Amino acid sequence: MKHTLSVLLQNKPGVLSRVTGLFSGRGFNIKSLCVAETLDPSLSCLTLVTNGNDAIVEQITKQLHKLIDVIKVTDISEGEFVEREMALIRVKAENTTRAEVLRVIDIFRGKVVDVSSKSYSVEVTGSANKIQAIIDILRPIGIKEIVRTGTIAMARMPKK
Amino acid sequence: MGKMRGSEAIIQCLLEEGVKTIFGFPGGAVIDLYDDLLDSEVNHVLVRHEQGAVHAADGLARVTGDVGVALLTSGPGATNGVTAIATAYLDSIPIVILTGQVPTPLIGNDAFQEVDIVGITRPCTKHNYLVSKAEDLVPTIREAFHIAKTGRPGPVLIDLPKDVVATMVEFSEKKPVRMQNYQPTYEPHMGQVEKACKEIVKAKQPVLYVGGGVILSNASDELTELAKKLNIPVTMTLMGLGAFPGSDDLSMGMLGMHGSYTANMAVAKSDVLIAVGARFDDRVTGRIDAFAPHAKIIHIDIDPTSISKNVKVDIPIVADCKHSLTAMNQWLDNCGENLDDLCKSHTPWIETVADWTAKHPMAYIDEGETIKPQYVVEKLDELTQGDAIITTEVGQNQMWAAQFYKFNKPRRLVTSGGLGTMGYGLPAAIGAKMAFPDATVIDVAGDGSIQMNIQELATAKQYGVNVIVCILNNNYLGMVRQWQELFYDKRYAATVMEVTPDFCALAEAYGAVGIRATKTSEVEDVIKQALEAVKTSTVILDFRIAREEGVFPMVPAGKATTEMLLV
Repeated sequence: MKHTLSVLLQNKPGVLSRVTGLFSGRGFNIKSLCVAETLDPSLSCLTLVTNGNDAIVEQITKQLHKLIDVIKVTDISEGEFVEREMALIRVKAENTTRAEVLRVIDIFRGKVVDVSSKSYSVEVTGSANKIQAIIDILRPIGIKEIVRTGTIAMARMPKK
Repeated sequence: MGKMRGSEAIIQCLLEEGVKTIFGFPGGAVIDLYDDLLDSEVNHVLVRHEQGAVHAADGLARVTGDVGVALLTSGPGATNGVTAIATAYLDSIPIVILTGQVPTPLIGNDAFQEVDIVGITRPCTKHNYLVSKAEDLVPTIREAFHIAKTGRPGPVLIDLPKDVVATMVEFSEKKPVRMQNYQPTYEPHMGQVEKACKEIVKAKQPVLYVGGGVILSNASDELTELAKKLNIPVTMTLMGLGAFPGSDDLSMGMLGMHGSYTANMAVAKSDVLIAVGARFDDRVTGRIDAFAPHAKIIHIDIDPTSISKNVKVDIPIVADCKHSLTAMNQWLDNCGENLDDLCKSHTPWIETVADWTAKHPMAYIDEGETIKPQYVVEKLDELTQGDAIITTEVGQNQMWAAQFYKFNKPRRLVTSGGLGTMGYGLPAAIGAKMAFPDATVIDVAGDGSIQMNIQELATAKQYGVNVIVCILNNNYLGMVRQWQELFYDKRYAATVMEVTPDFCALAEAYGAVGIRATKTSEVEDVIKQALEAVKTSTVILDFRIAREEGVFPMVPAGKATTEMLLV
C-alpha cells in the first residue's frame, strides 16, 4: 500500500539525515521525498511517499515521531488529498516533430521553458500518473533528458 | 549570572545537574575544558580507554538512576566511545557524552583528529548535537540532560568545537526545559487502564512479564504491590531482574532463550500477559507466533514504538510504568471485587507453576571437585546475602549470573542486555562502585570478555575503587562454543583461547590481588578471602571451571520458547 506522509520538522542541519537514516537503518522504503521551508522559516515540511502494510506504516509514523526534531507526522493518504509532482523534460523537436510535441505539451497543460533548434524543454506538473503518461507519450519521439521532483501533497479541507 | 568561558559554563551546567563524578580521557580538542575541570568541584576519573569512560558513566547511571557523564576528545577519542554509547542506547540508559571537536572553521576539512561523531552516533543516541554557536552552549547542555533522563531514557551526545568552548558565553538562569517537539507521555489513559484491569480481573492464568522499564521508572514497589494483590506470578527479562524480588515465591526468574522452564511454560499457557516496561525482544519471544499464543496481551511502555513492534498487543498503555501501575493498583482497590477471592481463584494456576518448578528447577550437574560456574554464582549469592551489585561481561558468565544470583532489589544487576557488549562489566563496576563506595561490587566475567577492557584495572587502582572480578575461566569463548557444540557439529572455529594470561600474575602487575581456585572445595574460601581483600584492593578471582559447561535451559534460535533444551 502506498502512503503519503507529511512531516513537520525543525529546519536545522542534519535533520533530514536523521529521517533518511531512520528509513535505511530500519529497512523502511522511501519512494519519493521532498522537503522545503514552511511559512515559518524555523520549520520545514517534508512529504514522503512510502509503501508497506498498516503495521509497517504505523511503525514508520511512530519512529518518525520519536525523532526529537520531528514535530508532527500526518499520514495524509488516510483522507482526501491533493498531490503534485513536477518534471522538466528535454524532448527532441526537429522539423518533422516540433508541431506534434507542442500539441502533446498542450494536452498535458505543460509549458515550454527552453527552446533550441533541435529540442524543447518542457515543464509539466501533476500527479505521478500524469507525469508518467506524458513521459510515455513523448518517449517514442525522443526524450533526451528528464528531471523529476518527488511528490508534494496537501490534505483537502473538509467540504462543509 | 554573567559571562564566563564556555568551558566554565559547561562545568556549571554539570554542577547544576548534580553531577559529582565524570569519566573521561583528555586530548587536544578538550584541553581547555580539562584545564577548568582541574579547579572545579566535579570529580574527574581518568580511564585507560574511552570505551571504559562511557561504560563507567553508564554503570553509575544504572545503579543510581542519575545521568552518567563521560568526556572524550575528538576523533579517535569519540569513536572509541561509540560501542559504549550504543550499549547505553539499547538498554535505555541516561548518559550524556561530551566530545571535543576541532574548531568550527576547520570542521569538514579533514583536520587532525576530526571525525563527524554526530553523524556516526545518530542511530545510536537518543539525540545528539553539534554546538556551532557559543550562545547555544548552555541551553543545549540543559536540553541534553532533559532528553537523556525523561521519557524512555537514553544517551545524548554533545559535540563541542574547541573554539566554542573557549568563547565567553552568557550563563543564563536555569528554567525548566520546555520543548514543543518532545513531550513524553507519563500519565496513562484511564480508559485503557480500566480495560486492562478488567481483563486482569477476569484472568485465570495471568503472568506479569517485566522488563527494564520498571527499573528505569523506579516502579518496583508498585509492581510488587500488583503481583501480591492478585497473586500473579512474575517473570523478568534480563534487564528486569531485581524489579521483583528474585527469592519471592511468585518469582519465576528470567524468561526467554536462557530463561527458566517455569517462566517459559507459564508465558506459553497464560491467558493474560501483562508486559510492563519490556519490549518483546527476540531473545525473549523465541519463535514469534508461538509466543503467549492464548494470551490477551496488555503492554505498558512509555515508548509508543515498542507497542506492537514485534507482537500484536491487545491493550496498549503508552505511559510511565510507575504511573500506570499506580493507576492500576488504585483501580483494582476500588473496583468492588473481593481481591482475596481473586487471589484464591489463582491458586490452581500458582500450583501449576509450582509443579513446573518442582519438575524442572534451575539446576546443574554436580561433578565433584570440578568447579561448576553455577556453583560459584550460588556461593557469591549466599556469601553476599544477595545484596551485592553484580556487573557482568557478556556470554555464558552473564547468563549464569542472571540465572543463579537472586536479585532481590532493583539496580543490583548491571549488564549489557540489548547490545551484548563484551568488556562492559569491569568499567561498569568501577562506575557503580564510584556511586556507592560502601557497596560490594562484583564483575562476573569470562576469560574472553574480561580481556576486552582489562586495562581499567589501572583506573581502579589509581582511584582506590576496589571491586571483585570473578572470572569463570574455561579457556573458551564459551557461549559461541556452546552454539558450535549444539548446532555446528562441535567445530570450534575461533573459540578456543589457546593463550590466556595468568590472571593472578596480571592482577599483581596492576597492583591488585589475584586468587585462583581449581577445585570445588576451594570456592567458598576463595570468595570469603576476596570479600575480605576487597576492602583494601581490587581482587581478581580466577576460577578454573568445567570447560565445556553449557548454559541451560536453552531455547535454540528460531524455536518456540517451550522447546527448551534442559540440563
